Amino acid sequence: MPLAPFDLPLKGGDRLGALSRLHMPSHFGGGETTKFDGNGGEDTTMTTPSLSAILMAPINAIMRIIDAPLRRLQKATGIGGMAAFFLAPNMLIFGIFVLLPLVINFVYSMTGGTAFFLSERDFIGGAQYSRLFECQNYLDPMSCQEDAFWTAVGNTFWFVVLQVSLMILTALITALILNRELAARSFWRAVFFFPVLLSPVVVGLIWKWILQRQGLLNFGLYQFGMDPYTWLTDRSWTFAATIGVSLWAHMGFYALIILAGLQAIPKDLYEAAEMDGTKPARVFWRITLPLLAPNLLVVVVLALIKSVQVFDEIYVLTGGGPGTSTLFLTQYIYETGFASALRNPGLAAAASILMGGVLVVLTLVQLGIGKRGENKGKR
Amino acid sequence: MKTRSLVAGLALALLTSTAAHAGDVRIMWYSDGVEGEVMKDLVGRFMKENPGINVILDNVAYSVIKEQLPVQLEAGNGPDIARVTAIKELSKHWLDLRPLVKDAKYWDDNFGSQADWMRPDGSNQISGFMTQITLTGGYANKTLFDQAGVPIPGPKATWEDWAAASKKVQESQQVPFAMAIDRSGHRITAPLLSYGANYVGSDGKPAPLDKGAKDYLTKFVGWADDGTVSKDVWVSAAGSTYRAAADDFINGQLAFYYSGSWQVANLATKIGNNFDWVAVGSPCGPAACTGMPGGAALVAVKYTKNQEDVATVMDWFAQEKIVEEFSERTLFLPGHKAVVDKGGLDFKSDNEQAKAALNVFVESTKTTSEAALKLPGWRWSDTVYAAIVTRIGQTLAGELKIDDAFTRIDADIAQKVKDAGK
Repeated sequence: MPLAPFDLPLKGGDRLGALSRLHMPSHFGGGETTKFDGNGGEDTTMTTPSLSAILMAPINAIMRIIDAPLRRLQKATGIGGMAAFFLAPNMLIFGIFVLLPLVINFVYSMTGGTAFFLSERDFIGGAQYSRLFECQNYLDPMSCQEDAFWTAVGNTFWFVVLQVSLMILTALITALILNRELAARSFWRAVFFFPVLLSPVVVGLIWKWILQRQGLLNFGLYQFGMDPYTWLTDRSWTFAATIGVSLWAHMGFYALIILAGLQAIPKDLYEAAEMDGTKPARVFWRITLPLLAPNLLVVVVLALIKSVQVFDEIYVLTGGGPGTSTLFLTQYIYETGFASALRNPGLAAAASILMGGVLVVLTLVQLGIGKRGENKGKR
Repeated sequence: MKTRSLVAGLALALLTSTAAHAGDVRIMWYSDGVEGEVMKDLVGRFMKENPGINVILDNVAYSVIKEQLPVQLEAGNGPDIARVTAIKELSKHWLDLRPLVKDAKYWDDNFGSQADWMRPDGSNQISGFMTQITLTGGYANKTLFDQAGVPIPGPKATWEDWAAASKKVQESQQVPFAMAIDRSGHRITAPLLSYGANYVGSDGKPAPLDKGAKDYLTKFVGWADDGTVSKDVWVSAAGSTYRAAADDFINGQLAFYYSGSWQVANLATKIGNNFDWVAVGSPCGPAACTGMPGGAALVAVKYTKNQEDVATVMDWFAQEKIVEEFSERTLFLPGHKAVVDKGGLDFKSDNEQAKAALNVFVESTKTTSEAALKLPGWRWSDTVYAAIVTRIGQTLAGELKIDDAFTRIDADIAQKVKDAGK
């Protein structure tokens, strides 16, 4: 065997040595017939050169170079230090692109003024938050100082509740149907998945062309002798349209996850149930649904997060109108932070911190439920 | 090998980034009509005459100019030159061309009267020049009026006259709407001023909405409720987003459309021979018959790394013969004094309606009120516009009562003034 970088007796004793050995890729040597010289190059006496050996040669060389310092590091810090070392690159990226902006965003939310640069902004503490929360009655946005924020919160709440529950229901039904023996099954599966491939802007535009005053829907109604209706200037219809369009656009993705879950359920369970003469409804409630639970949890988590963040297709479809009836939190943050002549980056930052907080709480609740389910499984 | 590809990759990244190189001048440009095509042609000619300077013309949507450019500028980035309408509000980002241009006196003489619109208060900076002077005004679908047998109201007709006449046309011709105004604070300010509104307080800061403003807005909301005014464009977005109602007019769905002179080329091209249309200037109110002046300016951005080249480009495009050619081909009203004084612009259009419309706009500049002439150079104009559009949009959607809207407009403006003061 050639290289065995972690195979020396170490501080941790044999147990650690064995553990290290487990991590060593077995194909490092490139097979029985391949030999390496001291410099990591190939042995000229080799008779059947294997491709992997050639490919691995430079990597082996690098391994040899970093072997010694790593050994020293492991000796000094133990296995915990090694874990930190290998996690560091990922943490660095995560830190720069997620943690640092989060901190900067938080600092922004504590400052006032219209300037973009932090250096030109004044520290005002929690004033932006208290401005957002200044309200006589939270259920009546018009009684609040930042009425648009509370309108957006209310809209987002109802959107999330309605969209997520309808999404789970339709995705589940679709997946159940697509899981049955039906003609041209692959075709149907593709049909339901196609909208997922579209860009959100395209989705928004397509539906705008269908629903607008001189759109396809009104054209169709007109052919049947009905009066055209301006769907996108009616508050309730527009809100319904945002839910419908986002269902249409994303349902295929969730149906696919559920479908994968359905296919992972062992067939013999159903056969056993059939032999016992179990009713189909009972089969669904007692076999399908419980075994699908982990997949459903994933779907609920993803759908919830996605629907709280709703923006792109709705922005293209309605622009937040009519009035503010489809103004959601993300659009409020965008408009307040960047788009309007009345912009206020600090206020937008405060609103996005609050929204982030809600998302974290939602995710923790979901994870908690998931964990409880796991523990039950262990029992 | 690895290093070489890394270097090549870096070089490629630098090349494609927006950062300018010596000799590169990036222009951010938006179009209402055909001016993008004309500009492309002129840029080509410029580069032939000045082989050392590479001008890159980025054609973008107007919303990019309105929403993204301010953010870029605030961060110290952006193009080298831009065509902008919020020229006063962003004036701190413009480059002072005075020491850079060949002949500052030429600039003062010809572009001096609008220079104040695009420089910080109290400076004598040369920031750029107006690519066009615009004036808001109305368009009537003459074919619809004729078919309905309703005479087109005359030059002294009031907003009420127009509402009544177009309502008759709408009912007779079964079109969806009688009137429409763009979803824009600038556009709706024209009738407000005609009703005697004054935005500017004695301290130069925004004053609360006065009786004139409230009178017209109340009337406007009433017209939307009874179906005279199309509320489609006004409710089709939240916030202060701009929406034009031009498409409804072009599709023959509207009897009267209030927009501005920059639409002439657009209407001429898209309407063609489908129906006859005329520009009719601005209807009157109790105080005036004014339109709102405005326009787009070509300004140099002070974050450029190529000040000399930028000045060369600006000098070339500011030449009298280029301004003249640009105006004639784009059907824009020029903002160049010598060109205006000389008169007799030969607008390049075989569309007689477009030529007649331009003459109407030139004529109606005479009725532009003092208050209207002041607003383009007033720092808070866009703030007032945004508040009015946002809240009136909500009122038309049935979310706010008109009185609450007035309170909210005042509060929004006051809050913005307070925020900016911090």
